[in-house]
Amino acid sequence: MDPLIFDLSTTPLREVNAALHAADLDGEIVREIVIDKPAGAHSVAVGLDAPVKVSVEGHVGYYAAGMNQQAEVVIAGNAGTGVAENMMSGTVVVRGNASQSAGATAHGGLLVIEGDAAARCGISMKGVDIVVGGNVGHSSAFMAQAGRLVVRGDAGEGLGDSIYETRIYVRGTVASLGADCVAKEMRAEHLEELAGLLKAAGFEGDDLSAYTRYGSARSLYHFHVDNTGAY
Amino acid sequence: MSTSNWGLRESATFDRQTIAAIQRAAETGIYDIRGGGAKRALPHFDDLLFLGASMSRYPLEGYRERCDTDVVLGSRFAKFPLHLATPVTIAGMSFGALSGRAKEALGRGASEVGTSTTTGDGGMTPEERGQSKHLVYQYLPSRYGMNPDDLRKADAIEVVLGQGAKPGGGGMLLGQKISERVAGMRTLPQGIDQRSASRHPDWTGPDDLAIKINELREITDWEKPIYVKVGATRTYYDVKLACHSGADVVVVDGMQGGTAATQDVFIEHVGIPTLAAIPQAVQALQELDLHRKVQLVVSGGIRNGADVAKAMALGADAVAIGSAALIALGDNDPRLAAEYEALGSAAGFYDDFQDGRDPAGITTQDPELAARFDPVAGGHRLANFLRVMTMEAQTIARACGKAHLQHLEPEDLVAISIEAAAMARVPLAGTSWIPGQGGF
Ligand SMILES: Cc1cc2nc3c(=O)[nH]c(=O)nc-3n(C[C@H](O)[C@H](O)[C@H](O)COP(=O)(O)O)c2cc1C
Repeated sequence: MDPLIFDLSTTPLREVNAALHAADLDGEIVREIVIDKPAGAHSVAVGLDAPVKVSVEGHVGYYAAGMNQQAEVVIAGNAGTGVAENMMSGTVVVRGNASQSAGATAHGGLLVIEGDAAARCGISMKGVDIVVGGNVGHSSAFMAQAGRLVVRGDAGEGLGDSIYETRIYVRGTVASLGADCVAKEMRAEHLEELAGLLKAAGFEGDDLSAYTRYGSARSLYHFHVDNTGAY
Repeated sequence: MSTSNWGLRESATFDRQTIAAIQRAAETGIYDIRGGGAKRALPHFDDLLFLGASMSRYPLEGYRERCDTDVVLGSRFAKFPLHLATPVTIAGMSFGALSGRAKEALGRGASEVGTSTTTGDGGMTPEERGQSKHLVYQYLPSRYGMNPDDLRKADAIEVVLGQGAKPGGGGMLLGQKISERVAGMRTLPQGIDQRSASRHPDWTGPDDLAIKINELREITDWEKPIYVKVGATRTYYDVKLACHSGADVVVVDGMQGGTAATQDVFIEHVGIPTLAAIPQAVQALQELDLHRKVQLVVSGGIRNGADVAKAMALGADAVAIGSAALIALGDNDPRLAAEYEALGSAAGFYDDFQDGRDPAGITTQDPELAARFDPVAGGHRLANFLRVMTMEAQTIARACGKAHLQHLEPEDLVAISIEAAAMARVPLAGTSWIPGQGGF
C-alpha cells in the first residue's frame, strides 16, 4: 500500500489530524503516513490510536504525537515542548533535539530522543520509557512516578526531584540530584533492563558499567516533621 | 461557653481556636490539614437581597407563568456544547477523595435532574461515567489517570489551574485514602502521602495554554467544550487570559470553596471571596464582548436557590456545588452524631475528609465504611436538593419578573453591608451608593 502523504504547507492541520483519527485507519495492514513540511506546527499527529507508521519530515512545535496510542511516529527534526506528552503506548522517535517536558506524564510506550532533551524531560512520567541520546536539562524526572529514563549524556540540576518509582540511568555526570533522589546499586537485573532499553532505542554497544542508576530514597513518602525543608 | 464566671473575658486575638491551633502545632510539628472550605465569616451572598417587583416592575405568576432554567455551556468553539436543564452543576471531586459509590451517587443525582457532574484529581471511574449523563473530565497538573480513551468518553474537558480553597496549591491525598484501587489509578505506591504538583508539567502561562487547549481540541476533534477553572484571586486578569487562551467556559471558584485535603492556613488565608470574584469575572467578559458567549460558572459557598439566583444576577451563567452536594448525600448527618464524636468531631463540624474515616461512607476508601453509603438513595437525595435549589431560584426570578433565570441582573440586587456593596458592585440597600463608584 502506498503511503498516505500530507503536505502541511497546503493542508490544514485539522484535516490531517482528522484523517489520522479516521476509523478506517486501523486496517489489517500497517499503514504508512508521511507528514511533509510541518514547519514547526503545534499538535502534529496528536491523539492517534492505530498501529500506523507516521513520518514527520521536519521540525515540529509543541505536543507532537501527544497522547499517542499504538502508532510509531518518527520526527525527522527537532521537537518543541511536550513531545509525546501523556503517551499511552507505541513509539515516538525524535531524530533531533527536544524542548522541555518531553514525555511529560506519559503512561506507556517508548520515547527516543536521539539528540538532547531540555528541562523537565520525563516530568511526572507514569510508566513510559524514555531514552535520550544526549543530555537532559534541569528538573528532569521531576515527581516521576513510574517507567524508566535513560540518559546517555549528562543530566542537569535537580534530577529526579520528589521522585516516586521511576528508575533513572545516567551515563555522564549529574549536576545535582533533587530532593529524595539517590544513586543506587546497579544489580544484574538493572544492567539487563538498561541493555534492553538501549537496544529498543537503537543505541547498542554502550559500556553499561559507565551508567549509574538513580531512584527514590522514599523518605518523602510520608509527611514527617523532619522533612519540612523539602516541603 | 462552659464558664459561669462573667468576669472571664476571652481574647479576640487569642481566642480558644487560636490557642488550640498553637497547642496542636507545638505538639505535632506539622501543619493542620483538613477538608471543607474557609470557615471565617466573609462577605457573601447573604449580604445581598433582591428587590422584588411591585409598581415599577411586575412579577410573574408562580406555577402559571414560565421561568426557564436551562443553560448551554461551551457554545464558543465546541461542536457539542452541553445543554443542561438546570444551571446548578456538580463540581469536580476526585475518586480518591470520595468513594466510588459517592461518585456514582453524584452522577445519579445530577443525571436525574439533567445537569452535569465532574471528575477530579484522580481520573474517571466507570461507575461515574456510567451514571453521568453529562460528565466533565478534569485535566489537572498531576494528570493522574489522564488518558485519551477517557478524554474521548467525556462530554467536556476542564483544565484546572486552581481551586478557591487553595489557589496556587497542588492536590493532597493522605496515605489512609491511597487504597489499592486509588493507587492503581494514579500510578502511585499504595499508602503514601500524595502531594501533587501545583503547576502543569508541560505549559506555563496563557500563550502556552492556548497551544495546550488547541492540542486537546485536536485530540478530540473539536467536539468537546473546554472549561478553564481558576481559584479566585486576580480574577479580572485570569478570566481575560482564559478567554484569550480559547476557553469555551470559565469556572471561577471563590475562597469559600471546599477541598478534600489542604492546609488550614491555605484555606483561610489565600484567595478572595466568591462575591468579590464574580463582578471581576463579568467585567472581564464584558470588556471582551464575550459575556454569555464564554459562559461563566461560579462556585464557592453556594448553598441554596437564593445563592444561585444571586450569582446569576451578578452575571454567572451557571454555578457548581461541592460541599452542599456532599451534605445532600448524607455528609454530617446528625443521625451519625455519636460516630462523629468518637472521631473527636461532631455532626455539623466534621471536616476530616483527609482522614478517610468518614462514618457516612462518602469521603473514604475504607470498603466497610463505603459500603454503608447507598448510591441510589444518595443520588435521589441529591436530585431532590438540586430540584429544590432550582425551584427556589425560580421563585426569586419570578418575583423579579424574569421569565428565565438568566434574565436576573445586578439591578435586581442591593447589599446590606458596605463591604458586600463594594465587592458585588450593587448599591447599599436604600441608597444608590456603590462604594468605589461614586453616588451617595
Ligand atoms: C471533597 C472535595 C474534593 C474536591 N476535589 C477537587 C478536585 O479533584 N478538583 C477540583 O478542581 N476541585 C476539587 N474540589 C473543589 C470543588 O470542585 C469546588 O471548587 C468546591 O467544592 C466548590 O465550593 P463549595 O464546596 O463551597 O460548593 C473538591 C472539593 C471537595 C469538597
